[in-house]
Amino acid sequence: MIPELGHVALILALVIAVIQATFPLVGSLAGGSGNRNWMNMARPLAYGQFTLLLIAFACLTQAFLTSDFSVLYVASHSNTLLPTLYKVSAVWGGHEGSLLLWVLFMAAWGAAVAAFSRNLPLAVVSRVIAVQGMIAIGFLLFMLLTSNPFERLFPVPVEGRDLNPLLQDFGLAIHPPMLYMGYVGFSVAFAFAIAALIGGKLDAAWARWSRPWTTVAWVFLTIGIALGSWWAYYELGWGGWWFWDPVENASLMPWLVGTALIHSLAVTEKRGAFKSWTVLLAISAFSLSLLGTFLVRSGVLTSVHAFATDPERGLFILIFLCVVIGGSLALYAWRAPEVSEGGRFDLLSRESALLANNLLFVAFTVLVLFGTLAPLIYEAFNWGKISVGFPWFNQMFLALSPFLALLLGFGPAMRWKHDEPMRILRMLWLAFALSVVVLAVLALPMFGARTLWVPVGIALAAWLLFSHVAIVRERLKNKRGLAAWVADMRGSGRSFYGMVTAHVGVALFVVGVTMVSNFQMEEDVRMSPGDSYEMAGYRFQFLGAEKAPGPNYQADRGHFRVFRGDRQITELFPEKRAYLGGGMPMTEAAIDPGLFRDVYVSLGEPVGGGDWALRLYYKPFVRWIWLGSIFMALGGLLAVTDPRYRTGRVRARAPAHAAAARA
Amino acid sequence: MTSSTSPRRRLAVALVPMALFVALVALLVFGLGNDPRKVPSPLVGKPVPEFRLPELTDPSRSVTDEDLRGRISLVNVWASWCNSCRAEHQALMALSESPDFQIVGLNWKDDAGDANRVLRMTGNPYDMNGYDPDNTVGIHWGVYGAPETFVVDHNGIIRHKHIGPIDRTVWEETLQPLIAQLKAEQ
Amino acid sequence: MPSPTHPIRSRGPSGVPARPTIRPAASRLSHRFAFRPPFWLRHALLALLLLGGIAAQAYTLEEFTFDSPEQQAEFRELIGKLRCLVCQNESLAGSQAELAQDLRNEVYRMMRAGQTQDEILDFLIARYGDFVLYEPPLKPSTYVLWFGPFVLIGIGAVFMVRALLRKKATPESDITDAERKRLQELLAADGGNTEKSS
Repeated sequence: MIPELGHVALILALVIAVIQATFPLVGSLAGGSGNRNWMNMARPLAYGQFTLLLIAFACLTQAFLTSDFSVLYVASHSNTLLPTLYKVSAVWGGHEGSLLLWVLFMAAWGAAVAAFSRNLPLAVVSRVIAVQGMIAIGFLLFMLLTSNPFERLFPVPVEGRDLNPLLQDFGLAIHPPMLYMGYVGFSVAFAFAIAALIGGKLDAAWARWSRPWTTVAWVFLTIGIALGSWWAYYELGWGGWWFWDPVENASLMPWLVGTALIHSLAVTEKRGAFKSWTVLLAISAFSLSLLGTFLVRSGVLTSVHAFATDPERGLFILIFLCVVIGGSLALYAWRAPEVSEGGRFDLLSRESALLANNLLFVAFTVLVLFGTLAPLIYEAFNWGKISVGFPWFNQMFLALSPFLALLLGFGPAMRWKHDEPMRILRMLWLAFALSVVVLAVLALPMFGARTLWVPVGIALAAWLLFSHVAIVRERLKNKRGLAAWVADMRGSGRSFYGMVTAHVGVALFVVGVTMVSNFQMEEDVRMSPGDSYEMAGYRFQFLGAEKAPGPNYQADRGHFRVFRGDRQITELFPEKRAYLGGGMPMTEAAIDPGLFRDVYVSLGEPVGGGDWALRLYYKPFVRWIWLGSIFMALGGLLAVTDPRYRTGRVRARAPAHAAAARA
Repeated sequence: MTSSTSPRRRLAVALVPMALFVALVALLVFGLGNDPRKVPSPLVGKPVPEFRLPELTDPSRSVTDEDLRGRISLVNVWASWCNSCRAEHQALMALSESPDFQIVGLNWKDDAGDANRVLRMTGNPYDMNGYDPDNTVGIHWGVYGAPETFVVDHNGIIRHKHIGPIDRTVWEETLQPLIAQLKAEQ
Repeated sequence: MPSPTHPIRSRGPSGVPARPTIRPAASRLSHRFAFRPPFWLRHALLALLLLGGIAAQAYTLEEFTFDSPEQQAEFRELIGKLRCLVCQNESLAGSQAELAQDLRNEVYRMMRAGQTQDEILDFLIARYGDFVLYEPPLKPSTYVLWFGPFVLIGIGAVFMVRALLRKKATPESDITDAERKRLQELLAADGGNTEKSS
């Protein structure tokens, strides 16, 4: 009965979505100041939608927890031996359930907008919620018509098929929810943009309202992508953290555009400039999320992660894509020419720097999109079959990234509207000089950098760090003492410090990527129990492998001691698991993590006589890649808590002169 | 960013994203009907690679590239463990009666016992069968899965590679016209 | 490995007949059925947008012996550059598939026979096409790939710079009074406060 309840909840959610997409919108467009009754329906509808989807989700979760294999989706993605945690994460472990999670999150965002937008004009709220309703219609129809997670199975099997062993991992259990929160979060920015286009009022207020939402979505997406990368690193046993797989690219594109968007929103909010451009970015960020969904679920590209490749599903998503993206771009083409592009600025100004930032991020997006689709383009034009893999992407990104890093040191130092070259020079000359010193010193032969990329990468990271120190100093020049700083942090300084934190995160990221790409070591070795192997100053002693049964797998567990000099620094237990549900054996790498290096062992194959084929890795600074991502996410969070986004609470302050005022 | 331009130009600029999107959709529609897993062979237009393999049913004989000259041949890569090959088998049986071409099997990464059993049970459409358990010859033909079928003309030039099983549509739309053309060239 | 019976194995959720488990561990790929990833990979494949490359990483590195660490490094580099054709998106170095093993063996054999990297790559390209390379070679047919993005970005940059210069040339068109008034009303309702700097 419970699965049917979930099914009914989904159908009711669709009904609500239809009402949500029509009445509040029509109400907001009605003559005079609109039809308030119809607009007032928006908020309750958003709550109702969320409640229904929560019920549906709870029903599916219940089916998993009770191992109800009469539900096809449960039977295909779970079995009785699966640990409880993974029974829960299995809910979103496949196509149908992950769609349910997607719509649930969208409804959650919708409900959050309804709840936290008490001070927005009712017409705006109605339109935003209506636009979200329209998107929900598409996804709910998609689920109900092609991918119903509640579909029954008869005869009922005694045992389920088990969750993909790759997914039976904590990192991967929480990675999709984070990622979806990000993707779907961009639907809020999208809905605000469409609402603004519908209303024909693209103004700075619009930017201020959607900015915190966009930043939060971006934070989720940042964390989601970083988690995925971290998971790939420790779970897949080959030590890589990014492979430019189409599926990875699908998540990176919205992030890149989203990054451009949060910067562009700043200009629109503060200076009223780039209005139509910002709207276009908001549309693009969500469109790319949808495009990613299509690419992953349609089988158009070769990826190791492709979902069930069902042309019917592919076609449905494509049509949905056309309606949503095509419709919004048409609306854009209709409205954008009327938008005034206010806010004059000079060549040397914060606006210019942010414009350059936008150009670079859009360029990165174009690169990823082009590289991902290039095989398809080549086939469409009959130019032959090509494979565009990591070398192409790496080279393209390396060609552009230094410009971004350079710019990133200057941009935040600049004033809005107009700045003096000499002022910038005074502020940053020392930081620049120090970075050049770093570059020169590291390029000395004694540091053994085989390529120029090492000194360049580290010097750029140093430049980011030094310039931001200088920028913070400049801000604190007129603020004496700790108390002033604390006041700054409590007040409008948070978005500034958020920005600094995120940019420092970029510096950490650059260090991590540079170091691990250039100095990592890996060895394939064959070892007998008792053997030792030296690499990168570490001695790996293999003590042998033994059988170790798990709840739903059989494992071989290797035992290592790792020494540095004579001192034992850790013991490692890499595993190789054969899941009872079948499929390929999984390697469970053992890692000794450290701030400056990881030592990483993964178990290959037994090669007879107790000997094993093994892979040993030394990964310097690899943690900095994710540490940097965490800093970026924290920076975003700090910026969102800036009091000026708080609605209702900070009434005491003077009303805004806002965007027009010189900031 | 078009503040000082005419309305018409501003509209044109505003339509650019739409135009790009339409192009993208066209590409994706193409992609839906396209199988990314199929890799065209660079060997088309080239002479068949030299090889020598034992004959599957009679290991005392051998099959070589010489056997592919003088007649039009379908070189069919198959294995007993491959489901699609079984699906294709009936089609090959029907084709084996044609006097226009010979069917040469390349028994790929298989076990001779299993393969011979399949031929005994379901019939043998092949004029001869190269036995290649270790993929030594398969690599030279650029084989990456089974079934695959190469059309070789009477001069021993590879003219076409079909990836996946041969069925009625494939035969009628691709292979039959090609073989007719090759016959005419002869 | 033990393989319990799966009553639903005969038919997958999306109506795709599942591949019978003839040779479970082996990725002997046949072109219609087995070409797809194994069942669990196809359907359970995770949170669709999971990141990270390479599934089924349990590598089988056949035992290869080398004369020197340099030779081993060269071998590694070589198989890392080559795509495993049947594995969707994995390099020869990372793949478990039988075809990948065959090709690794072939690469190893050729290397031991004293052939250079380029000769080995040419050998494989002649048989499998440029598709075996992860990095497409620079040649006229790939100019679009290698230079296309820069042309696009260049065009974008030109437009932006032009927009910048024009912006500088146009008279002040900041937020209009009407807009400012409206903004103040809205933001006052919003309870926002102006920030002082940055």
